[in-house]
Amino acid sequence: MEAPIAILVGFFFGGGIYLMLSNSLIRILIGLVILSNGVNLLIFVSGRIFREVPPIIPEGALVPDGVTANPLPQALILTAIVISFSLFAFILVLVFRAYQAIGSDKTPELKVAEPLGGPVPPEGY
Amino acid sequence: MAMPGTVDLARALVLAPTPLADYLVIAPVMVTVLAGAVLVMLRNFPRLQPLIAIAAMAALVANNALLLARVAVSGPITMTMGRWLPPFGISFSADVLGATFALAASVVALAVAVYAMRDVPEGLRRYGFYPCLTLMMTGVCGAFLTGDIFNLYVWFEVLLIASFGLIVLGNSREQLDGAIRYAILNLLATTLFLVAIGYLYGVAGTLNMADLVDRIRGLGEAAPINTIAALFILAFAMKAAAFPLHFWLPASYHTPAISAAALFAGLLTKVGVYALLRVLVMLMPAQRAVFGDVILWVAIVTMIGAGLGAIAQSDLRRMLGYFVISGIGAMLAGIALGSQLGLAGAAFYAVHSMIVSAALYLGAGVAGRIGGSFDLRETGGLYAVAPALAAIVLVLVLAVGGLPPFSGFWPKVLITEAALQAGRWWLAAAVLLSGFLTTIAGGRAFGMAFWRGGAAGTPDGAEALPRPLPAAEMLGLTLPVAFLAALAILIGLFPDPLMSLTDGAALGLLDPAAYIRSVFGGGP
Repeated sequence: MEAPIAILVGFFFGGGIYLMLSNSLIRILIGLVILSNGVNLLIFVSGRIFREVPPIIPEGALVPDGVTANPLPQALILTAIVISFSLFAFILVLVFRAYQAIGSDKTPELKVAEPLGGPVPPEGY
Repeated sequence: MAMPGTVDLARALVLAPTPLADYLVIAPVMVTVLAGAVLVMLRNFPRLQPLIAIAAMAALVANNALLLARVAVSGPITMTMGRWLPPFGISFSADVLGATFALAASVVALAVAVYAMRDVPEGLRRYGFYPCLTLMMTGVCGAFLTGDIFNLYVWFEVLLIASFGLIVLGNSREQLDGAIRYAILNLLATTLFLVAIGYLYGVAGTLNMADLVDRIRGLGEAAPINTIAALFILAFAMKAAAFPLHFWLPASYHTPAISAAALFAGLLTKVGVYALLRVLVMLMPAQRAVFGDVILWVAIVTMIGAGLGAIAQSDLRRMLGYFVISGIGAMLAGIALGSQLGLAGAAFYAVHSMIVSAALYLGAGVAGRIGGSFDLRETGGLYAVAPALAAIVLVLVLAVGGLPPFSGFWPKVLITEAALQAGRWWLAAAVLLSGFLTTIAGGRAFGMAFWRGGAAGTPDGAEALPRPLPAAEMLGLTLPVAFLAALAILIGLFPDPLMSLTDGAALGLLDPAAYIRSVFGGGP
């Protein structure tokens, strides 16, 4: 079961990186989201996929009985989803504000902080 | 990790309370989160906010000083959340490296919090300057003290989101533009970091750093672990702004309020260097050796390129951004050498760079406020108006250039000596050349802004001079800078305490036995 999901992760990464190479900010953002979802899947596969046996210790025993599903990747992914969602929400608003203020979402036109052909530093005293 | 059935359950079922002194490890996070929450609630009281934030930062400095004193004497201490038996719980482990960095960071944050009282106007305080500052310190201290690699990612994101809040404060077009570059590239770096963590978990099966040390050593130099190391290097080099991943830094660090920029320049790139020290040097020594030459060349190009970049700037703040990057190059050189001397030099340089970079930004902020511009062509005459500030900034410029008797001299000595010991004279030459370029750029900026009689094209004389600031404002702005500059002088004159600390930190990285023992307890 790991192999097909690993290939799927590869498609997610490929798509995400392709979109991030664009010069439109919205595409870059969508690329980031796809990439971070690919990472979530990657963590899921890294924890190995077992049968759906809940990791519950039977009454009276001190260790679980036989092989159970790995609960850790779910905790990691949940954390990663929450974090990437909140950061994405912030960046979405940031890009929208920049679009309002600067009037473009194309990276070649976003040169306000670093204007092209700026003045050279002073040469004399 | 023991096999099922052989777990020593007596250790897991201990009910004795954690000694109070162990809470020092977790207190930096608790103090700053609490203070941040209180500050968010008090957002309508902009006059009250700085007092609470300064009190919290002072408590943080005291706590981190106690922690460092304890760690330096009795070795690393660990606290595992929820009393889970390591490696299952999330551990917080403070060793000399983490505690030293945390103390230096909190001292810088305290100075910035005091400076911001005069620098950040009430309107911006209402939008959350101080809450973001304290919450960013949560992330920074958490990153320095955590003993769990996934937890390290979480603290990276905590400091990232707080720094997003700081960088857009003011909402000008320039800031929005700079913030986009900063936000997207840093988010990409942490995503790469998460990719590496996912793979590492898949290969090693654990996330606890002390547990990872042995497991990664057991894997040797297999291709998967080398790939993971390359991913970590990529992610942390992006965070630390090493060439060729440094472009976001000069594009964004000159846009936010100067207090926020000082905090960023002082702390954020150094968190990347810290992560590189912790993950690459301590967890993956074999991989560090494999990639040593790559890091070496990255370090050299970063140092020289950033020095040339600094000379090419006409904006004071952008020039300082290149100074920060140049320092990162020197730290990477120490990491690439990998000897105890080199690592000690890298750690020493990081502490020096935290203090001096932040102080330079703050000093430039005062200069820009008096002169009305950060452009080197439009400033001048500041020496006549503010001689004390000129003296302080001169100290800082010499310190960042690595000249004795200031703090920048000693780490350069350590790294140069380590390079010569390793027979890499060209690396030693590159370190010295970068110091030379930095001194040229800094000296020119000092000459233009302070010594010149007035802005370019104006005649010398009193009529061309800028007007001095009101005395109270000047004092409130200069004191924190003077404090940091005094630290730079102190470290330069009496380097022994810090040198023995960084030496211990380097030893702890190369031989993490004590660190592992503090996590798992008992014997090795």
